[in-house]
Amino acid sequence: MKKLIYLVPVVVLAVLASIFMVGLGRDPKLVPSVLIDRPVPDFALEALPDRGRPLSSADLKGQVSLVNIFGSWCVACIAEHPILVAIGKTGEVPIHGIAWREKDPRDAMRWLGRHGDPYDLVGHDADSRVAIDFGVTGAPETFVVDAGGVIRYKHIGPVTPEVWEDTLKPLIAQLRKSS
Amino acid sequence: MPGDLMAAFSIAELGHFALVLALFVAIAQSVVPLVGAHRGDAAMMGMARPGAVALALLVGFAFCALMYSFIVSDFSVSNVFENSHTDKPMLYKISGVWGNHEGSLLLWITTLVVFGLAVALSSSNIPPQLRARALSVQAMITVGFLLFILLTSNPFERIDPAPFNGRGLNPLLQDPGLAFHPPMLYLGYVGFSMAFSFAVAALIEGRVDAAWARWVRPWTLVAWTFLTAGIALGSWWAYYELGWGGWWYWDPVENASFMPWLIGTALLHSAIVVEKRDSLKSWTILLAILTFGMSLLGTFLVRSGVITSVHAFASDPTRGLFILLLLVVSVGGALVLYAWRAPQLKGGGLFAPVSREGALLLNNLLMSTATATVLLGTLYPLIADTLNLGKVSVGPPFFDGVFVPLMVPAIIAMAIGPMLAWKRGDLRGALGRLWMAAGLGVAGMITVWLMRGGAVGDILASFGIGLAIWLFVGTLMEFGDRIKLFRAPLSESGRRARNLPRAAWGMTIAHAGIALIVAGVTASSAWKGEAVQTQAFGETVTVNGWDFTLLSAETFEDENYTGVRGTFRLSKDGEEIALMTPEKRTYTAPPMPTTEAAIHTTGLHDLYAVIGDPTADGKAFVTRLYFEPLVPFLWYGSAMLCLGGLVSLSDRRHRVGAPVRRRETQAAPGAKPARA
Repeated sequence: MKKLIYLVPVVVLAVLASIFMVGLGRDPKLVPSVLIDRPVPDFALEALPDRGRPLSSADLKGQVSLVNIFGSWCVACIAEHPILVAIGKTGEVPIHGIAWREKDPRDAMRWLGRHGDPYDLVGHDADSRVAIDFGVTGAPETFVVDAGGVIRYKHIGPVTPEVWEDTLKPLIAQLRKSS
Repeated sequence: MPGDLMAAFSIAELGHFALVLALFVAIAQSVVPLVGAHRGDAAMMGMARPGAVALALLVGFAFCALMYSFIVSDFSVSNVFENSHTDKPMLYKISGVWGNHEGSLLLWITTLVVFGLAVALSSSNIPPQLRARALSVQAMITVGFLLFILLTSNPFERIDPAPFNGRGLNPLLQDPGLAFHPPMLYLGYVGFSMAFSFAVAALIEGRVDAAWARWVRPWTLVAWTFLTAGIALGSWWAYYELGWGGWWYWDPVENASFMPWLIGTALLHSAIVVEKRDSLKSWTILLAILTFGMSLLGTFLVRSGVITSVHAFASDPTRGLFILLLLVVSVGGALVLYAWRAPQLKGGGLFAPVSREGALLLNNLLMSTATATVLLGTLYPLIADTLNLGKVSVGPPFFDGVFVPLMVPAIIAMAIGPMLAWKRGDLRGALGRLWMAAGLGVAGMITVWLMRGGAVGDILASFGIGLAIWLFVGTLMEFGDRIKLFRAPLSESGRRARNLPRAAWGMTIAHAGIALIVAGVTASSAWKGEAVQTQAFGETVTVNGWDFTLLSAETFEDENYTGVRGTFRLSKDGEEIALMTPEKRTYTAPPMPTTEAAIHTTGLHDLYAVIGDPTADGKAFVTRLYFEPLVPFLWYGSAMLCLGGLVSLSDRRHRVGAPVRRRETQAAPGAKPARA
């Protein structure tokens, strides 16, 4: 009986290792499957000062689009921003922005003034209500929404040129073809 | 030029080739000496030493080859292209070698073989069988990591055609604190592999005794000291570079280095019990295995991407799988061996619960529990996700809430333990001798509490300060006791202090260092002052009685970045203390902004200023100003921990070797029997 105690460490390791095995299989950067292939949640955001009409869920129907969650407080967003600006310039796909948890919506405008503004429509989500509905875990995150307004993909973290070329662009092309 | 190109070409290929050769040497090394030890074949066991030398030379060559590629900016090597740039200062070209996954893995292996080399060369008085087995086990780990680097992460991969310039290094990483932080951490992580190898060798041999503990302890001490330095450097870097005035975030990557530290601390202490009292053997072996296991787990968590963190390396599931496999094979194998052999280890001396052993065991239990809670907190998001409980993140409130209550008894016991005798201690006597520490601790607590205005919310933090005083004074009193300070003439106390084993000095310094850290942690978490605002030129913001006046801000350019530099006048009671110049930089390759906080230290407290973005009209800036009480104590305390480790390492008993049994004493006149 006493010998069994010496087996405890091995058993604990086995349990941990199997959790890791499962954990490796899933990418922590994928959305919980509930949100994929579901229509975007209904929402209507506040406008940013002097930037025209704000984004609402109705705007996401009709064509394939990207929805990018950003914040002027978010360092990783600065890293990804040049890519979004570049994509925006090509005009390949409309990009909408959700400014998330700004202390002051003017911060977001200043930020866009400095780093470039690739967005078609932007809304401000001050109290995280929309972000929570989208299942956002942090900024930046980028959603691919199809013409029917259904979320098809979520990318967590900065969009890099590789992510754009290898994942987002082919997916957008495929979604356009199938609709 | 073509000649240079040819040279560069062949050097990277030679580096790769050296790694392949090293793999074969390591395979031979992990079999031959082990078999030799089993058969008692001296020639085969003797292979361990040249084997270790060959491994060190081959891997060392590969490391130098990669470093050379970085120094000459050979962008045909993909790793250099991804992580370097011609405009980068030389120091950061070199630190770029380990600022990425492949290079840091090579650094890891280099450290592994250097430790093997050190054991092979230094330890002429280790029993040859134990040494042969330990070096074989060390070589097995090396095989695993060499396979890892050769199969999944070749640092010498070429790209054709060679790009004109590199993609630079993350500017957040272009920092002296960070340039030296990873090598320190690796020396720590990998150093624990030596304790692991010795533990497995002892299990194979079926014998753990005082001599074994004495071989293991210096290697554990080396690893622990480096790890301490590495964690402290990382924390210091986060403090001044991230610009939020915090020094610990309970981030998974920080936890990954903290877990081996905690359990390594337990190992360090339980090895003393094996050495002095021949007790707690199987527990110590288990700790040695787990400490290295935690180091591997840390690597796994950081590299595999199972857990998201701000500073994680680019993650890749294949690599994750490989490290997981390494973890399961090495630690799992060792634990199976443990389950099989450990029950046969004969326990040594018995002891009462109240005794030096008992106190060290309490330390062990608290440190292990602390490790387990940090592990749980770090893994919980992953476990919850795996069991489909949803995506959660575990933050500082959990860690603070669980960790602090565990540390309180540990700190109380830390002052008492050294006062207790081996086998059976006199708790009442020890407490009696600590009256002054207790008195000063309570007095300090009440004084601090009243100074803070006697609010209920300050009771806990004041208690923390009281604990720090208790530990500090208690540690000094134990030292005073040993040298009979004030109870014997000063000359005798001086003589006793000189004759005191270095290990005792080391303990006193390290424990006093912990007291300083406790004070720093408590004060800086409880009484940090903070002000975030838009500040116009000429405007003064007061934080905890310190006046920060924004005088000016100008733009400037440097080798690889442009920046804004603000100038603050720091004054107190109308008197100017210092000018502070925080910066906000934007690096050119890759484009990325960083904040450079300005820190003015009084030696007791830090004043911390960060400059942000200008307002639209350019007449004011967003500024963040902090009052950081006792933060310098964290760095003093960390330095004392490292110093304590080094002093203890210089103890002659580590060099002389194991206590020789009385019968054999004549044969080895150099060895004195150990005195507790």
